[in-house]
Amino acid sequence: MKLTKEFSKGLIKENPVFVMALGLCPTLAVTTSVQNAIGMGMAATFVLVFSNIFVSLVKNFIPEKIRIPSYIVIIASFVTIVDLTMNAFLPEIHKSLGLFIPLIVVNCIILGRAEAFASKNNTISSIFDGLGMGLGFTLALIVIGGIRELLGAGQFFGMNVMSAGYKPILIAILAPGAFLVMGLLMGLMNLTKRK
Amino acid sequence: MELIGRIFALAIATIFVHNFVLARFLGLCPYIGVSKKLDSALGMGMAVIFVMTLASTFTWLIQTFVLVPLGLEFLQTIAFILTIASLVQLVEMVIQKTAPALYKALGVYLPLITTNCAVLGVAILNINEELNFIGAILNGLFAGLGFTLVLVLMAGIRERLDKAEVPASMKGMPIAMIVAGSMALAFLGFSGLNI
Repeated sequence: MKLTKEFSKGLIKENPVFVMALGLCPTLAVTTSVQNAIGMGMAATFVLVFSNIFVSLVKNFIPEKIRIPSYIVIIASFVTIVDLTMNAFLPEIHKSLGLFIPLIVVNCIILGRAEAFASKNNTISSIFDGLGMGLGFTLALIVIGGIRELLGAGQFFGMNVMSAGYKPILIAILAPGAFLVMGLLMGLMNLTKRK
Repeated sequence: MELIGRIFALAIATIFVHNFVLARFLGLCPYIGVSKKLDSALGMGMAVIFVMTLASTFTWLIQTFVLVPLGLEFLQTIAFILTIASLVQLVEMVIQKTAPALYKALGVYLPLITTNCAVLGVAILNINEELNFIGAILNGLFAGLGFTLVLVLMAGIRERLDKAEVPASMKGMPIAMIVAGSMALAFLGFSGLNI
């Protein structure tokens, strides 16, 4: 029962993007389409799960003072693995995510979970925590990416879903649209929470 | 003369057209987090300019004289984040010893900069865009200036916003996002500049 709780808290209740406002840079930068959102979400989830596993395994051997640099090295290693693997097998997505793949290193969600959860809990709970947080992140990216793609291109996941006469609101897939959609979604979250 | 023209073009392009925060989505965490007060925004901005310029310098040297000759380009992410982390630590110690007044102003912001994705972002961009040594240093400097410009503007707006009547559910983060969206819209106007 405890494990399902570790897993499900990241999806809605402690959603890293909407509730904790972590990892904003990739959230806004790559959500021009659902495909990019899923690519980024999966890459981050992989790094999150494996860095959580390793941090929870080595937590007892690392001296207190150098723990943050050590976590960063662990995270950076997995980011490099993801970077090279995506470049080899998914070159299209790798190209459109560009700079933001290596920048997963400085995504505060990952270091945040390493420090706040994996360094205090056992490996099994850490896996579930990483998985839940990663999928919560992916979910948030898909929601934002879906709205922006629908408004800005009249498509969902590359398929035309709007009627033929729909004129895309181009601004939604440009930079300002990211901020506006994110701001309105956060406002909506607050509104539902207050009721 | 031609050199001055090229430097000027790089400055305009990096500060306004491809502004790190509003067009590239880098460094959003401090942009939203440290923009509540004007003087802390200025302090953060100064610290970022300083670290970005230094980080551009050292990462370019490491890439050109260590990673490329040894054929270790795949270690770029790990090498750069370690360089930045140790650089920040070093800067902190040097300033603390030599300029206590400056340390008092910038001290609290320095540790935050390690996980500011704009710093790692500019280091990787310098390499991706194949800038030369001087170009990389200037790019770091201008990127920092662009970051500081929008951070200070944002802080100015938010200090005023405190006195405005904002719907309860939009207070704080959501309205900050909407303001950022409007600023991004304004900065989108610069993308028409042909340089």
